Order: sequence, then C-alpha cells, then structure tokens
Amino acid sequence: MSETPKIKHEPPKREKKIADNITVKLRKDILEIEIKPKRIKVKVKPESIKKAANFFKNKLNIDHVASVSGIDYPNDNEIEIVYHTGTYKHKDLSDLVIALAFRISRETPKTPSLTEIWPSTEFDERETYEMLGVIFEGHPKLEKLFLPEDWDDIPPLRKDFKNPRR
Amino acid sequence: MVNGATSNVFTGKLNQILEYSAKAPLRYIINWGRIYSLWPVHLETACCSVEWGAVSGPRFDVERWGMLGAFGAMRQCDVLIILGTVNRKMAPRVKTIYDQMPEPRYVIAFGACSVSGGLYFDSYNVLPGVDTILPVDIYMSGCPPRPEQLLQALIMLQNKIRASKIRSKKYVRNTEN
Amino acid sequence: MSELTVTVGPQHPGSGHFALIVKLDGDKIVEVIPDPGYVHRGDEKVSENKNYIQNIPHFERPAILDASNMLFPYVHAVEDLMKLEVPVRGQYIRVIMAELNRIISHLYYFAIYGIFVGHSTMFMWPVADREHFIDLAQMISGQRVGFAFLLPGGVRNDIPEAVKERANEACNYFEKRLIEYERIFMNNPIFEKRAKGMGILSKEDAIKLGVVGPTLRASGIKSDIRKDEPYAVYDKLDFEIPVSKDGDSWARAWIHIEEMRQSMSIIKQALKDIPSGPVKLNLRGQVRPPPGETFTRAESSRGAVSFYLISNGGMTPYRLRMITPSFRNLRAISHITKGLLLADLPPAFWSLDYWPVEADR
Repeated sequence: MSETPKIKHEPPKREKKIADNITVKLRKDILEIEIKPKRIKVKVKPESIKKAANFFKNKLNIDHVASVSGIDYPNDNEIEIVYHTGTYKHKDLSDLVIALAFRISRETPKTPSLTEIWPSTEFDERETYEMLGVIFEGHPKLEKLFLPEDWDDIPPLRKDFKNPRR
Repeated sequence: MVNGATSNVFTGKLNQILEYSAKAPLRYIINWGRIYSLWPVHLETACCSVEWGAVSGPRFDVERWGMLGAFGAMRQCDVLIILGTVNRKMAPRVKTIYDQMPEPRYVIAFGACSVSGGLYFDSYNVLPGVDTILPVDIYMSGCPPRPEQLLQALIMLQNKIRASKIRSKKYVRNTEN
Repeated sequence: MSELTVTVGPQHPGSGHFALIVKLDGDKIVEVIPDPGYVHRGDEKVSENKNYIQNIPHFERPAILDASNMLFPYVHAVEDLMKLEVPVRGQYIRVIMAELNRIISHLYYFAIYGIFVGHSTMFMWPVADREHFIDLAQMISGQRVGFAFLLPGGVRNDIPEAVKERANEACNYFEKRLIEYERIFMNNPIFEKRAKGMGILSKEDAIKLGVVGPTLRASGIKSDIRKDEPYAVYDKLDFEIPVSKDGDSWARAWIHIEEMRQSMSIIKQALKDIPSGPVKLNLRGQVRPPPGETFTRAESSRGAVSFYLISNGGMTPYRLRMITPSFRNLRAISHITKGLLLADLPPAFWSLDYWPVEADR
C-alpha cells in the first residue's frame, strides 16, 4: 500500500474493469462496489454468497482467502463478515485484494461455509464462530479454537461483552 | 563435680557445639549444592522467552552459575521461570508442571505479564499475575527485562536459598478456577 | 495395527506453548491436529480500549522478534486514513530497522532449529551472532527487543553517526559467518538426512491453503509483498527474492539463509543512499483517523502480515483485525506431516517457522 494515496477523482482503470466485469455478471446480487487503488470491496446480499464465491474462484481466478473478519454493528443489529481474497497464480493481479462482504442478522447469525470452495478459510471461520457467535453451516469442524474449553460467557468480540477486568 | 544442674548446662553446651560443628556446615554444603545446580523447566511462554534464549547464549552465559538448559523431564528440575503471559487455558497446565517438580522448588516471575498482567491486564483471558496460582519467590518486572536482570534474579534467588533451612515447607495456595 | 493418540505439548522443549494431537499407528503418523490457544491474550479486544499511540507497543508484542515488520502495516493503515506523507529519510530508517529485524528473527529460527535437531552448536552460534545486530538496533532505538520505533508519520528519532560504520562491520563479519553456517548445518549430512525430502508441501497445496512467507517461496511461488506491492522505499532498492522448487524442510531453511544475505545488501544500500531531512511529521499528538476502513499489508520475516482497520472517528479503533503469517501457515501443519515417523515431527514442524504467540494473538 503506497504511503501517499492521492485523492483520485477518476477510479483506476484496472480495478474499474474488474468491477465492471463483476457488476455485469452478478447483477442483482450486488449491493455496492467500492474502488480504491489496489483494493476492491464488493458488498453482496447474504443469500448469494456462494454464487459470488464460485464466480470469484472460477472466473476471476481467486485461489485463496487471506482472512475472514467479523465486525459487530449493534446499532444496525447486524454482523458484517468480510472475506479478503487474493490470487497467487496471476502475476499482474498479485497486488490486488478483493473483499467480499455481506451482512447477516445479529440474533440468528447463520451463513454457509466456504471451506469447499476455498480450503484456506477453515481456521478463520472457526475463529469467527467463537469470537462472534456466527454459525457456518457445512463447516467440517466448528469448535473452539483459541478460547478455553470452559468458556461460558457470550462471544468476546461482541460490543455488549462486559469485560470482567475493566 | 557433675550433678543435675551442671549436667543440664553440659548437655546444652554439647548441643550447641554439635549444632555449630555439624548442622551448620551440613546446611552450608547442601545449600551450596542447590545454588549452583538450578535446572530450569523449559517453559517459553511468550515474548520474554527471546531474552531467555539470549541469556543461554555465549554473551550472557548463564551456565557459569550452573543453570543448565537441561531438556529433561520435569522431575529433574528445580526452578520454574515463568517467561510471559499465563492465560486461562494454560493455567491448569502450569499448575500441573509445578506439581510435578520435586521439593525444594522455586518460582521466578519474569516480565511484567507474569508479575501483574502487564500490557494485557484488562484482557478477558489473562491471569493478573502468576502468583494467583503459584507461590512466587522472585519478581522481576520489565517488558521484556534485559538479560542482565535475569542474572540478577538468579543471584537474588541464590542469596535466598543460601539463607534458608534445609527442609522448608512451602505454602501452596489452591488453584484458581 | 495399534492406534495411539499422543498430545505433544503444550509444554515442550521448543518454542512457545502449542499442542499437537498426533494420531499414531505404531511409530508412523496418521494425522496431526493442531491445538492452538494457549497464549491467546485477546489482542483484538484489548486494542479497542487503547488509543492509536498506545496500540503501537501493543501490536509489536505478538512477534516481538521482528517488531518493526509487524508495525509497518499498522502505521500504514493509520497514515492511509489520515492521508499523511512520511518524510523520505524516515522511510529509509524504517527500512533499515525492518531488515535488521529480519536478520535477528531468522537467526533465532536457526537457533531453535538447532535445538530441535540436536545440534547444540547451531544454537550457540546464531544466538551469539544475533547480538551484533541487536547492538545495532539498540544504538538506533535504545531497546534490545520491542522498540516501539515506528510511529504514524515517521520514526521516533534519527540514527546516530556511528551506525553506518558499525553496520558495515557487522555485515562484513556476518557474510563470512554465513558460509560457515552452510558448512556446519545446511550441508551437514545428518541435517540433510533429517530434512531433505521430509515435510513436502506441493505447489498446488500451497496455493490452495493460502500459506505465506518462506513456506510459500519454498514451494515454487515467487510472491513477496516487498516486490508485489512495494511500500516505504523498497521500489528504489535492488534485491532478489529466493525461490526453491523442492518444498521440503531443507528448502525452507535454505530460503532463510538467502534472505539474510539479501537483507544485508539492503541495509548497506539504504545506509549509502539515505538522504538528509526530517524523520517524522509533527502531529502534536493528534492521531485520530477520520471514519473509514482500510486493509494494508507488509512482509515480515515469517510471511505477509495484514491489518484491517475500521475507524469511526473516535480516539480508539472501532475494529482492528490483525492477520499474522503464523495463523495462515497453521493450515499447512497437517499437510506436511502425513506419513512421517514421530521422531521426524519436530524438524518438519519447526521448518514452517510457526510462532505460537503470533498465531494466537
């Protein structure tokens, strides 16, 4: 990431081309696309996450996922999940990071797991499960990863988690 | 003339002489053996462990004082140096390690995290100091402390052992759940 | 056929608390299940209660060996949101500290590798040679490890005059030492027998599992953030990325040696080309990014480290996620240990350079 991002009024060409490609193919499933130099963020509807993931893998040649992050928005009563993806095989796209984001409800956070499409998400989804309480359906082993075995409080990264030591 | 009163004084004096001649040198020899052969348990918890690696190296050679990095079983070790943060998943295991060590055993809390929780004092998963589950002999704070401070902790521990009795029972607190 | 489940760890004569649940058939490994979490300190939650300057020493601690490399994406994220431009001399000093950290961290890797393989000379020599570079870092920043030297807007202070000469001495001395390391360790027949052909990670698996760092480069993929997405002044410096096609433990160790050579060359170039000028911006303590989000990455000694920062305009971050290379390489442990004997597990495991504190955060 360059340290001096100039404020561009015109979005960069390569990213715009890829974003247009995505918009054309996944018309109704996309809510919003943000373009910055070397970063694209695609917001999709939660029902179409598997379709978008398959499109990314087969047509855009995204071969691995860097991380799965979960963010708690208690004011909107939603949890946002972001998959940051990248590609190793194509050298001219190696500095591009495409983020796939969607929001699910906070009371019943459920979403299909993407481990069959991208095996690199296995441990990240487990961590998001124990830290935020999101259930990934179809995950081969959805258990605690970092927290102690006898953890009995609500998931710690939620904003209403009361830290007992503060 | 040996009668009741003088024989008491005689045995009292004999007891003193025996104590000076046998018990004190015995204590001196046993403590001398303990001081110069403290073997630590290999418990490299977190960031402070890089300073333990530096201390075992040629520049701050800790082997001069007999502290060999003997990677044997815990039943052969005398001192447990807590190098880093102890969290709730690891706490029962640290207690198990401490229980396996034979008496006399000593604990050095090295680094701010094992003394009081350190940088992570307000974390949901970190113990506020390792002295909630173990009796600690020497506290050494710093983040991380320099290797010379580990040598100072070792010398303080040696002075403490030199002044102690041969058989000393330690008070062990209950494990925190 | 006798099946046995053995727990290796969490206390083991190696580095860090990390348990492996090993399923054995006699002496042959059937499956290895990693069990992390023994050093989980809740970094991401704790960072939400600290302001942006207090988070600087906090985010060094996961991998305190290469503290400056860990901080690079954090300061870049804050500068990206605040639209700051760092002075060029500050960027050169950042690169010098980062490459010093890389050498220090790689030498510790070899020291612990020596312990795992049973080669005690290989423990003593790297620990001693590290001290030369730690002295250099101490001259620049005042601390042996955990410098807190990088700030949003530059570095903390300027480097003294004597660093240039001392660094050239240290690099010249160490270049000769690297040849001796290759003789006693890399070309040692015992180590070759224990590491060549063991713990192979194929190219397809490396891409599929998304591993990073020397593990990725040893499997034939030439990927390094310093070349793919140059940050600081890496695009002005001349260096190469070592790549190997074998994918076994020996190749991963060899890549560490070559990277140390490249780091020394970078340090010498940076000290020669460094311009004069200020080293930091005068922010007057006001570090408060406007609302927004950003994703930044850098190349640390174990691989690519990334930060995902979401700010809502307050004094503390709203959400700060740190993706460390050891966590991404965790997935490779079960793959590379299938079919090995139990006695071959330690060298194969350590060749991934897994640092438990960094993975657990």
